[in-house]
Amino acid sequence: MSAFNAIGDEREIDREEYTPGVEPQPTWCPGCGDFGVLKSLKQALPEVGRTPEETLVCTGIGCSGKLNSYLDTYGFHTIHGRSLPVARAAKLANDGLEVIAAGGDGDGYGIGGNHFIHTARENHDMTYIVFNNEIFGLTKGQTSPTSPKGHKSKTQPGGTAKTPIRPLSMSLTSGATYIARTAAVNPNQAKEIIAEAIEHDGFAHVDFLTQCPTWNKDARQYVPYIDVQESDDYDFDVTDRGEAAQMMHETEDVLNEGTVLTGRYYVDDESPSYQQEKKDLGRVPQEPLAERYFDDDAEWERSYDLLERHT
Amino acid sequence: MSDDELIWRIAGGSGDGIDSTSQNFAKALMRAGLHVFTHRHYPSRIRGGHTYVEIRASADEVQSRGDGYNFLLALGDSFARNPQEEAYYGNEEIKPLSENLDELREGGIIVYDEGLVSEEDVADLNLEERAEENDWHVFPMDLRGLAKEHGREVMRNTAGVGVTAALLDMDLEHIEDLMSDAMGGDVLESNLEILHEAYEIVNEEYEFEHDLRAPTGEHETEQALLSGSNAIAYGSIDEGCRFIAGYPMTPWTDVFTILSQNFPDMGGIAEQVEDEIAAAALAVGASHAGAKAMSGSSGGGFALMSEPLGLAEMTETPIVLLESMRAGPSTGMPTKPEQGDLEFVLYTSQGDSSRVVFAPATIEECYEQTRLAFHIAYEYQIPAIIIYDQKLSGENTNVPVEFFDREPNPDLGSTLTEEELKEAAHDASGKFHRFAYEHESGAENGVSPRSLPGQKGGRYLATGNEHSPVGHISEDPDNRVYQMSRRIQKLDHIREELDEEHDSNQTYFGDESADFGIITWGSSQGAVAEAVDRLNENGHSVKAVGVSDMMPFPETEMVEFLESVDEAMVVEMNATAQFRGLIQKELGRYGEKMTSLLKYNGNPFEPAEVVESAEINLNGGEEEPSAQVHIEPAAGD
Repeated sequence: MSAFNAIGDEREIDREEYTPGVEPQPTWCPGCGDFGVLKSLKQALPEVGRTPEETLVCTGIGCSGKLNSYLDTYGFHTIHGRSLPVARAAKLANDGLEVIAAGGDGDGYGIGGNHFIHTARENHDMTYIVFNNEIFGLTKGQTSPTSPKGHKSKTQPGGTAKTPIRPLSMSLTSGATYIARTAAVNPNQAKEIIAEAIEHDGFAHVDFLTQCPTWNKDARQYVPYIDVQESDDYDFDVTDRGEAAQMMHETEDVLNEGTVLTGRYYVDDESPSYQQEKKDLGRVPQEPLAERYFDDDAEWERSYDLLERHT
Repeated sequence: MSDDELIWRIAGGSGDGIDSTSQNFAKALMRAGLHVFTHRHYPSRIRGGHTYVEIRASADEVQSRGDGYNFLLALGDSFARNPQEEAYYGNEEIKPLSENLDELREGGIIVYDEGLVSEEDVADLNLEERAEENDWHVFPMDLRGLAKEHGREVMRNTAGVGVTAALLDMDLEHIEDLMSDAMGGDVLESNLEILHEAYEIVNEEYEFEHDLRAPTGEHETEQALLSGSNAIAYGSIDEGCRFIAGYPMTPWTDVFTILSQNFPDMGGIAEQVEDEIAAAALAVGASHAGAKAMSGSSGGGFALMSEPLGLAEMTETPIVLLESMRAGPSTGMPTKPEQGDLEFVLYTSQGDSSRVVFAPATIEECYEQTRLAFHIAYEYQIPAIIIYDQKLSGENTNVPVEFFDREPNPDLGSTLTEEELKEAAHDASGKFHRFAYEHESGAENGVSPRSLPGQKGGRYLATGNEHSPVGHISEDPDNRVYQMSRRIQKLDHIREELDEEHDSNQTYFGDESADFGIITWGSSQGAVAEAVDRLNENGHSVKAVGVSDMMPFPETEMVEFLESVDEAMVVEMNATAQFRGLIQKELGRYGEKMTSLLKYNGNPFEPAEVVESAEINLNGGEEEPSAQVHIEPAAGD
């Protein structure tokens, strides 16, 4: 018998279950793209049949980190840049959980960049949503890793000399097996992509364009947007690493010129997830580790039985 | 100092197999019925550079390295760099012989490999003259040649062990057994041949005039030879820990390696990750989801753990962290012990700290206190840290096998089941009061029981922000004061439990009525314990306490100790008297009673250094110690 009965609970789920009674109304600014992420999650989670109590959402710090407060699941609002290591360990300890990590572009591509690269490389079975607004919002509008070259802010008064990070390309090079970009202004696509990302058995990275109407007024609101799958102008195979790389490169190049390309960029359904790989190698238990602590019949190994090598 | 003891030092270059040879020899001595204690000295280098391991063996219990040593097996450094004038490293090849002469006792034995060490280099050492002065017995032997003749050059260690056994009149039986366990086929055959050949050459061709022989003893029960790292790893296994995440760093790597090798066969998970921020964050994540989890590092890596450590405090996530100290600051001296990270471990991370810190002193304490750390962490939902050092991490000593014959305890502490969650407080929208006010949870020790993700009816938010009972971010002053006080007060409740329900983690030595006290902590305890015996034998009246509880501080015990003496000397391996500072901070007095004995040259204390400095203090504190130690006067002096 499981000690975690929310996991695998098959029932109809109302999306309002995800709205917390404690704090139903977000504090994000009117017009903020973060609403789009929240909405797409509330739509996608019931659609793919995940209940609030089998879902763990781990966030970083920033406006995006408040997602936990407005989405009523199990939540872990961690620290700046560190949502991924917390999230992937929770998944390792109990892989019945649906684990979603989320944070801003500074959080994921800046201070947490190392964790991003390595979590993607390991292909953990989880979803990572990056709220990309090309700016540090909560700290009042400083230049971020995705801000365009020349971006002026109080901390970059002369305009930044740095070229922005290429989130999709970095993700591909690192080893993510589902990579997509969507935008808050494109709710239908966003919901579908989030649902696909959750269902994907591996590291699914969604670069979510979330406009900041307060601190990034100069930036476009990511309209008009183009869905690369629907447009006739683009034709590439999302399962082909080379073609995906080229498409990503172009998408990143044209964003700051006003062309907002979105859609699925890379999908690899073949590679096993890290958990699966380790299970196959016998390096992770078949049954979730967390269950074992509740199993009264479990036999726990003792160090006493290891002493022969020391005598 | 026991007259009937062997302190055997095997010296060579890194990569010469010094460590494994000494392990086996120590085990052979243990099997022969002796108590053993090893001390490892090595550079941060893969190949070459002077390294030695010392094995102290005696019929009586040994708890420290000794003063100097009495048998040198100098193999020469086979990976030595070419000697060049002006180069600061000088002639490396001869170092295993030359570097070790100052500490060799009178009447000691020297065996060196003349197959590797050149005659001219030996001549430069004035070895003959010094041997004459000190009554040393010198045995040059072509160990390399002998090894080459019967097998391969690298087997010269075996030849050295054969020579040692012959000179000490030891039986070869245990050595042979251990070799047979470790190898097979031609390799075993060659090694055995070399062992016997060396043994016979010595017996047939050399004349003995030395008095030193291997002591004889007997164990009442079967013994195991373990390091502090083994004991910490085994304590965590027995406490049901099955998740470890880490990044390699000397000397913490030892525990990480042991558990990485054992966990997969025990249904556990070991993760080597990108950095130490991730390592500690993984431990937090795994614990949050319901595993007993740990991580650790040495000073530099632990610095990166400050963030997740604070997160664990704020979210009340139980974790155990290890900090295996080495000489700092910064990269410092990577392979040398020091006790310089105490203040760092107690306070690192922003805000008021709420954590438990234990500093075990012996192999047994490493095991017991690791178990205790898990118990406290999971019961009180607080990070618990084991602070130890390069010395304790790698030194091996014998422990009765039956010491480990105990029941495992995989209990998750104050974690609720789904059944229990039904009875717990929730708010109107169904969120569980994970951080409940005491009148709701009924807990009187500041602990609010937790749920785990995936449990029905346990939904809540964990956050590094200050938060309300369901975990929502809150800056309400009343809630803040309540939550903050509750978290901090857990330490008082833990102190109470430690005082009332467990044997003290502090160890007392010497004459209870003494007026002169020695206070020490962690791995310096062994040398102090032996020094106290000697001081009392020398006619002084001295007692000592080895402290393990760094946080929460054992106030009652320490007040009692300090009140009972006129003067106390605090012994620790650092330059700024950190533990003495902690005592003054915690107790707010006794500054004028406490002097410090400090050592920070990279080598652990020898008992004689503690004896000398205690005697200087007992004689009014005017003299200068002869060793490379520093006596820091009491406040106001």
